[in-house]
Amino acid sequence: MTPDIGTAGLLGLFTHFFMLSLLAVGGAISTAPDMQRYLVVEQHWLTDAQFSSSIAIAQAAPGPNVLFVAVLGWNVAGPLSVLATMAGCLLPSTLFSLWATRWGEQRQGSVGVRALKAGMVPITLGLLLSTGWVLALPCIGKASHRTGALALIAVTLLVMMRTRLSPMWLVGLGAAVGALGWA
Amino acid sequence: MTSPEHIDHPEAPLVKPASPRELFIAFNSLALQGFGGVLPVAQTELVERRRWLSREQFVEMLALSQVLPGPNIVNLALMFSDGHFGLRGAFAAMAGLLVLPMIIVLALTALYGQFATVPLVSGALRGMAAVAAGLVISTALKLLTTLRNNPMGRPLGLAFAALTVVAIAWLRWPLVWVVAGGGAVCVAIALRRLR
Repeated sequence: MTPDIGTAGLLGLFTHFFMLSLLAVGGAISTAPDMQRYLVVEQHWLTDAQFSSSIAIAQAAPGPNVLFVAVLGWNVAGPLSVLATMAGCLLPSTLFSLWATRWGEQRQGSVGVRALKAGMVPITLGLLLSTGWVLALPCIGKASHRTGALALIAVTLLVMMRTRLSPMWLVGLGAAVGALGWA
Repeated sequence: MTSPEHIDHPEAPLVKPASPRELFIAFNSLALQGFGGVLPVAQTELVERRRWLSREQFVEMLALSQVLPGPNIVNLALMFSDGHFGLRGAFAAMAGLLVLPMIIVLALTALYGQFATVPLVSGALRGMAAVAAGLVISTALKLLTTLRNNPMGRPLGLAFAALTVVAIAWLRWPLVWVVAGGGAVCVAIALRRLR
C-alpha cells in the first residue's frame, strides 16, 4: 500500500516542498502545478488521477485547503512523507509570516504600512470573488444539475447575508440536497 | 458551535481572546466547520460571533495574508494570535487549525477508494461544492462594505476589485502578476491619499 521511497526520497520531498513554500503567494494551491510536475512527471511517485483526487478529497473535508499537501504526502509513502511535505510546505512560510507580522507591528502607524494594508484590500476582494466564481463554474456547468446548484448558491447567499447562522448548516443542506440527486 | 454569550451584534464592542487555549479552541472549531475552505467560517466566527476583529481589521489582515507566502488562513491565524500571546498564541492557533482536520482528511483518504463511486457520496459532494462557492461569494460581498472606510475611496476600490475579477476569473492571468502589479498600483494610490 505505502511504497518505500527511502531516506533520500524523503529528504528530496521535504526539500522540494520547502523550496515551494516561499513561492506560495496567494496560497499553497498556487504551487500545485509544480508539485504535479515533481511528484507525477519527474519522480513517478503518483499518477495524474491520484494527484487530482488528492486535491478533491481535501476540498471536501473540513479544514484549510492546504491539507491537500498532507494527502499528497500520504499517497506518496504514508505517515513519514506526510511529515516531509507538511513540514516542508509550512515551515518557511510560517517563520517568514511571523517575522513580517512583527516587522509590520513595529511600524503600524507609518504611512507605508497603512497604505500597504489599505491598497491590498480591493485586490483581496477581487481574488475572493474570483475564487467563488471558479468554484461555482463546475457546479453550474452541467445542465442536469444546474437548477439545483443555482438554488443552493442563492439560498447560501441569502442566509449568509441576512443571518449569522454557522455556514456548517448550509454545507449540511448542500450534502442532503446533493445526495437526493437534486444538485 | 459557539456559546450564546459570544453571539452579539455586529456593532458590539470588540473583545480579546482570553488565553492561548481559547485561541486553539476557536481556530479548531472554525477549521472543523470549514468545508471547501475555512475563510467564510473564519469571517463569521472571528468578526460576527466572537467579536475579536472588526470587518475592517479582518479584511486588512486577510489582505496581508494574501501577499505573504503560505496558506492565507494560516497566515491570518498567525498574525492575529501572535499579537495576543506571542509565539505561544501563534502556535496554539496554528495547531487548532491543522492537527485535527489533518487526521480527519487522512482518514477520509484511506476510506476514499471504497466510496468514490457511490452515487449518494458523489451527489453529496456536488451539493457541498455548490454551497462552498456560495459561501465564498457571500464573504466577499460582506467584506466589500469595508471599502467605504478605505483611504482609496469606494469607487476606486470597487473598480480595482472588478479589474482583479476580470484578470483572474476571465483572462486567467497568473496570480503572482495580478497581486504584484495590481497591488503595487493600489498601494501607490493609497499612499498618495494618505499623505
